[in-house]
Amino acid sequence: MTVPTTTEALAVQSRSSWTRTVRHRIIPAIALTVIVLVTASVSVAPLLAPYPPLKQDLLNSLAGPSGAHLLGTDDLGRDILSRLLWGGQPALSGVAVATSVFAVVGMTLGILAGYLGAWTDRVISAVLDIMLSVPGIILILAVLAIFNQNVFAAMFVLGLFAAANLARVIRGLCLALREELFVDAARVSGLTPFRIMSRHILPALTGQLLIQMSLFAGIALGVQTGLGFLGLATPAPNPSWGGMVGEASQVIEQHPLFLLVSGGIIGIMSVAFGLLGDGLRDLESDRRRIAGSGRPIPLSALASAESDPHPADPSVLLTVRDYSVAFGTSSGPRTVVDSISFTVKEGEIFGLVGESGSGKTVTAQSLLGLLSENGGIVGGAAWLGSQRISPATDQELRKVRGREIGFVAQEPMVALDPHYTIGSQLTEVVRTIGEVSSGTGAIRARSLDLLRSVHLPAPENIMRRYPHELSGGMLQRVAIALALAGSPRLLIADEPTTALDVTVQAGILDLLRSLRDERGMAIILVTHDLGVVADICDRAIVMQRGRIVEEGAVEAIFYAAKDPYTQQLLASTPNIARDAADPGRDTDG
Amino acid sequence: MLRIIVRRLLLSIPLLIVVSGITFILESFVPGDPARSLLGVNATPEQYDALRQSLHLDEPLVQQYWLYLQGLFHGDLGRSIFTNEEVVTTVAGRLPVTLSLVVGATLVATVVGVLFGVYSATRGRISRRIIDVVSLFGSALPNFWVALALIAIFAVALPLLPATGYVPFEDSPQLWLSSLVLPVVALAIGGVALIAKVTRDSMLSTLGLDYIRTLRASGVSRRSIIWRHALRNSGLAVSTTIGLTLINFVPGTIFAETIFVLPGLGSAVVTATNLHDIPVVQGIGLTFTLIVIIVNLLVDVAYGLLNPKVRSS
Amino acid sequence: MVEPTLVSVQNLAVEYRTGRLRRAPVGVIEDVSFDIAQGETLALVGESGSGKTTIGKAMLGLTPVTAGRILFNGSDITHLRGAGRRALASDIQAVFQNPFGSLNPALTIGRTLTEPLLVAGDLPKAEISSRIGELLWRVGLPGDAASRYPGQFSGGQRQRVAIARAVARRPKLIVCDEPTSALDVTTQASALELLHELQDDLGCAYLFITHDLAVVKEFADRVIVLEKGRIVEEGRSVDVCDHPAHPYTRRLVASAPVPDPLLQRRRREERLALPDL
Repeated sequence: MTVPTTTEALAVQSRSSWTRTVRHRIIPAIALTVIVLVTASVSVAPLLAPYPPLKQDLLNSLAGPSGAHLLGTDDLGRDILSRLLWGGQPALSGVAVATSVFAVVGMTLGILAGYLGAWTDRVISAVLDIMLSVPGIILILAVLAIFNQNVFAAMFVLGLFAAANLARVIRGLCLALREELFVDAARVSGLTPFRIMSRHILPALTGQLLIQMSLFAGIALGVQTGLGFLGLATPAPNPSWGGMVGEASQVIEQHPLFLLVSGGIIGIMSVAFGLLGDGLRDLESDRRRIAGSGRPIPLSALASAESDPHPADPSVLLTVRDYSVAFGTSSGPRTVVDSISFTVKEGEIFGLVGESGSGKTVTAQSLLGLLSENGGIVGGAAWLGSQRISPATDQELRKVRGREIGFVAQEPMVALDPHYTIGSQLTEVVRTIGEVSSGTGAIRARSLDLLRSVHLPAPENIMRRYPHELSGGMLQRVAIALALAGSPRLLIADEPTTALDVTVQAGILDLLRSLRDERGMAIILVTHDLGVVADICDRAIVMQRGRIVEEGAVEAIFYAAKDPYTQQLLASTPNIARDAADPGRDTDG
Repeated sequence: MLRIIVRRLLLSIPLLIVVSGITFILESFVPGDPARSLLGVNATPEQYDALRQSLHLDEPLVQQYWLYLQGLFHGDLGRSIFTNEEVVTTVAGRLPVTLSLVVGATLVATVVGVLFGVYSATRGRISRRIIDVVSLFGSALPNFWVALALIAIFAVALPLLPATGYVPFEDSPQLWLSSLVLPVVALAIGGVALIAKVTRDSMLSTLGLDYIRTLRASGVSRRSIIWRHALRNSGLAVSTTIGLTLINFVPGTIFAETIFVLPGLGSAVVTATNLHDIPVVQGIGLTFTLIVIIVNLLVDVAYGLLNPKVRSS
Repeated sequence: MVEPTLVSVQNLAVEYRTGRLRRAPVGVIEDVSFDIAQGETLALVGESGSGKTTIGKAMLGLTPVTAGRILFNGSDITHLRGAGRRALASDIQAVFQNPFGSLNPALTIGRTLTEPLLVAGDLPKAEISSRIGELLWRVGLPGDAASRYPGQFSGGQRQRVAIARAVARRPKLIVCDEPTSALDVTTQASALELLHELQDDLGCAYLFITHDLAVVKEFADRVIVLEKGRIVEEGRSVDVCDHPAHPYTRRLVASAPVPDPLLQRRRREERLALPDL
């Protein structure tokens, strides 16, 4: 029932677009190049290596880099560079074996469990649980003992057991995809399960498969070289990267460079695999973006010459003048609220009306400094009484938030921390505001009072409950109670009833009205529903694309709208009390 | 919550059977004759036969396995073919070393990883980048190489800590600690990256949630929001990762204990493999499996405690 | 003249097992019966938990039915699966609520619209792209939309694509599951207008699922009101909205705010005078 707002579309975690390109494209590309180069060099080691790997030169042992030996020689005078090239073969072919087994077994089990579900899933999941708990290393050691240092057998076993991890991930992805609405739509369109799998599910899985494969390749490399280090793989004197680290460890003091390069090549390849995997992951999430996002706009960029407020009219609570808000996007700053001005009187219920993209939510949230990182105020200001509240720093706003101005958001089901009881969250806010002395008795009493003031039955019971145990309507009342903790003079309610059933909505609107009547608290109500405006608001403004197109008392707006957009809104709003044969609504032909 | 624990325990039984079975079968294929290895090449055929009989090596495989399982129920893991010491004794003696190493590394990796993750999620871009790079290298460099590098720097170049050797806690707590510092760090470095990453990702997505905005709007302090609320939501992902990290550290002890010469289960299993000392390999394999089962159980319990939906039902 | 019955739902019930050993299964809908005539628009109205979406899913074969029958053109389709259900795709189609989720973001609009036509198999491949162009034109979208991705369109435009997909095979019944709830009110008005025009052209029936009674009055011929899985009232939408009989329906009608301040004040007073349920 909720319309994704401009705020959501723009408030994506942002970074400068330039560094993002570097991180997301160039670095993985470099990583891939490194992997390909090293693999290629290792494969043609017979052609590339300057010396045969076993050729000893005892007179020249432990030599440093020189023209004849680019990386020096080891303890038996063998050329390190050549041995590195040859030594990569067992390492990388082992990685290839392990990764292939990993991919094939993991994908198959994951798809079978995730797509076929029910019993197949249960059986396969139990098998996966077991596979994940078996200490694979023991089996690898056993295999090495039996098949006499056959690295491939060991890598096969590694890939087999690690495949359980991949299967888990793929299974999860499959299950999630099966629930997607477009899969339902494909079923309704009459596609066979096979077609659905190949057109909708597999492409999404392939992305994840590649990511997991690169990440696993790094791990496999670590295991293969580790086994070589322990002397359990390629038998000496044949070179292997791991074995060379072992040899280097014997001569750390005499020839530290040996340790550096033998470990270094392993490290470089592992880092490359890791970067490749991360890069693929970033690419994957890039594809799912809704709108562009970009550089955060620093708060100091706004020049507000307005330092003194509107001449004090004691009945005016909130003054907003020439207020503009913009977000940073990859194509430059985008103005979402364009130089708007309005006032809210004490005790008045004021409507901010508009459709998606109108800027109404951004206006409301920015008044309390609740915008995301890449949003900022770029013009004008807002005052509560004579105190400027926007633009303002977090420090300055601390006096205002929860104390002078309260805030209630749209979705009550996610408005409260699900890990803490209602009571614990209420008392935390009451304590933070500090109006009540901190004996727990007084704080708790105040919290119960707050729950009573929003007409919740059995407040002691509610204090003990977790958010997920309450209905949407009750949660919204709790959220309102939270907002009232500091006895604010103004309550900003951002579409407080949009996510609620219509009967529950009526109750919440009644509550808001009664709170205003009892406390003289003003309310800014952000909404797209003209029925709600007609029900509860005294005055309102209509916003379209960041500008105010209509303002005034509600009777004026509804009965004498001047702006054509407002008139269109009024005409399009379904009206249950209007005659179906009303000539103002002609839908035939 | 009880259901989760029971399910986990029920799954452990087939798991233990599978592991012992697999190692048993595999080890039976190992070439070479244990009797010959034990007695040397100069014994008489009768002596070989007598030994084989006493080790039940002549009987069918299934029978041998059944005998082994029976022994298992009585807490008897057999005897080492070479030292003739009871495997249970060997395991019991070496377990504290391995546990100190694994648990210590997990603690260090958790504390450092979580701190990295939180700062990475809440501070500026530069510190985020630094943490990214450090984590990446920590996880990518092979752990045995890191161990060697640590020795080269802290034990050889600057003789601050011992390169090898283990001092039991009872003998001297101070020396026990210093003998563990390098091995623990060597292991922990590999685990910090993942914990930091999971913590950071989880924190970032939590900080974008609605209820964080409610808290900000209510005037709750930034510190409270980060440590009391946002981190709490990451609890589930982080504890699962901690469990995973600990489990991954167990095979890591094979390298750490070998390089730093610690008398733990890891070094023992390598030696036993080379000597084809089947009962020891099996006993240690089962011990490793048991550790994994217990860790998974603890993670399940943590899940039950942390997830309010499970707690309240 | 009475139109022939297209759909007949008889004593439909859907239950979900909770997975806990000792708890009874949860009843989502119980003993639901209604008919849809050819070419008529029947609305299913209810709040959350009313079961209205479940009825739609049962009709489309996306949810298993525990008891009762669904007859389509006389034949029992209640438990139809596999090839039989797929054959229904030419007669029964759907428009879903979420315009962002019902289109695969990784496929172009063209590929998404090609799917139902390929399955139909009665159009030679060469003609498919021209048919897609026709469909796009019919729902008011530019012809080049076929080569673009859902992410490049607004919610209202995506919903039009979903509508185009639904009418591609000229079905006899379209299940509309809250098709306009996620749209702005001006976009909603034009989407409803489009649906109305298409109905005039194709003569299809709509099962229109919604929570908004005001829309029902303007758009639907008949309406069924659901509360907690049961039917509490049914009739012509104008009658039900102007003269609700059942207390729950009265409460629903009374709670719907109208864009008319003076009238709304009177309605509020009437609502507050209603006895509590």
